[in-house]
Amino acid sequence: MAEPFIIAENLSFTYTDDDGDATEALKNVSFTVNAGEYVAVLGHNGSGKSTLAKLLNVILTPTGGSLTVGGHKIHADMTEDDVFAVRRDVGMVFQNPDNQLVATVVEEDVAFGPENLGIPRDEIRMRVDDALKTVGMYDHRLSQPHRLSGGQKQRVAIAGVIAMMPKCIVFDESTAMLDPRGRADVMANIRKLNDDFGITVLHITHYMDEAVMADRIIVVNDGEIYRDGTPKEVFKDVDGLRRVGLDVPQGRELLYELSLGGIKFNDNPIDIENCANLILEKYNAKKD
Amino acid sequence: MMKDVTLGQYFSGNSVLHRADPRAKLMFAFFYIIVLFFAKSAASFGFALLFTIMMIAISGVPFKSVIRAVKPLVFIILFTALLNIFWTKGEKVLFEWKFIHIYLEGVIFALFMAVRIVLLVVGMTIALTYTTTPIALTDGIEALLNPLKKIKVPVHDFAMMMTIAMRFIPTLIEETDKIMDAQKARGADFENGGLIKKAKSLIPILIPLFVSSFKRADDLAVAMECRSYRGGEGRTKLKQLRYGKCDIVLFILAVVFVAGILLCNYFLPYISI
Repeated sequence: MAEPFIIAENLSFTYTDDDGDATEALKNVSFTVNAGEYVAVLGHNGSGKSTLAKLLNVILTPTGGSLTVGGHKIHADMTEDDVFAVRRDVGMVFQNPDNQLVATVVEEDVAFGPENLGIPRDEIRMRVDDALKTVGMYDHRLSQPHRLSGGQKQRVAIAGVIAMMPKCIVFDESTAMLDPRGRADVMANIRKLNDDFGITVLHITHYMDEAVMADRIIVVNDGEIYRDGTPKEVFKDVDGLRRVGLDVPQGRELLYELSLGGIKFNDNPIDIENCANLILEKYNAKKD
Repeated sequence: MMKDVTLGQYFSGNSVLHRADPRAKLMFAFFYIIVLFFAKSAASFGFALLFTIMMIAISGVPFKSVIRAVKPLVFIILFTALLNIFWTKGEKVLFEWKFIHIYLEGVIFALFMAVRIVLLVVGMTIALTYTTTPIALTDGIEALLNPLKKIKVPVHDFAMMMTIAMRFIPTLIEETDKIMDAQKARGADFENGGLIKKAKSLIPILIPLFVSSFKRADDLAVAMECRSYRGGEGRTKLKQLRYGKCDIVLFILAVVFVAGILLCNYFLPYISI
């Protein structure tokens, strides 16, 4: 089970613009993501988290260090077949739901990936139906994408990736353009993919409450890994996170502010329910 | 609003014409046009008219909508009719004034021409645009042009371009609405002024629209590559076009049409051109 799926060793990536100016987006980053893990990658704008996503899918290739994804070594001189072998294993859901749907009918769009893989028609039909049922869009299979809401479109995009049966799905800020309801929908689907299908999930985001749902959080700052651990561990250091331009979940923040005021807690939960219980406990103890 | 503009003018329905294979419909439409040009006598034009009305009835598309399809062409039809009336020479003079001579033959020819154009348009819309979704139409065209792949015509790529264009028409319309609102909020005026001023006022809409379209195109290209798109080679399709019973009906219709026209030409050659 704990087989590594993504292995990055001293991974670097440098952008060079037209004037020849170089910007280091990733500097000597090393980490491992195991198969079946659900990892959130947190970081403010320009921290290098999107670059990381693009490297995993060979949209970009590393300029330094090594990166292995699903047993494929990623480098600049890969053959086209190698590149597509990686993309077969690693699906990607992007930020803008409008710009990733290709076909004029939902089910045809979901079929786009499997069609590209040259899968027989009967199996495509099965995969498309299963994928649409998984994300709860089966009833909309004959709709036109532009008539759907943002959250629904994003679910169709997820179905399109599931239908290709990848081992890993990278969500590149896939919830950033959605309303709260759409976000909740998409998050529930991501969780489900990880829980029920054992798909390795890498969720790139800057929403703290989404990162909390992951098994593990990697915080990226200025192209380097700033923190790597369980949500509880990562959000323990409120000051440190604030220094790199990130917030912490609301409950955790409240506890932190209270502790600054002199009320000490012996735990640092991150979800709202546990935070509330802890405060209530303290309050009752004080009353007695 | 503008978002609800339907692509093409597809009327959903379940008639024989709706269910027929798009390839069969394309071939039928093509055949129909050719045969229309065989028509020579009044009887054969009458037959073509009846046949076309029967097609409309089969398709279940309301007559009103069919008339709407012809309306934009009224000018062209009148123009060709007038040209034919004045320029066709014949034997029987109907009207003469200075240099204008109108012959009976000219009037008949003009009338036939007008009927032919109307039938052409109606036939095309009934057989194709009104009863076929744009996506089915694209699939049909791709399948029919498939043999051209042998001589390196990028048929699949054109079909993919068509599909993407159709997919993004509503998105771009929506975006245009948004940009117009944004520019209006900044005091842009799209309603007043002459033609040139109005044309100029489109620039602040077109430029942002172009910029964002390029961004979209870029995003879409990356997304397509991530979904393993590498051109038409080795690709399978979810929907396979298959000929069925409805296509036999179309075939029979085509035979009836050509037979009817030729027989009318031959046996009822009254008032022919």
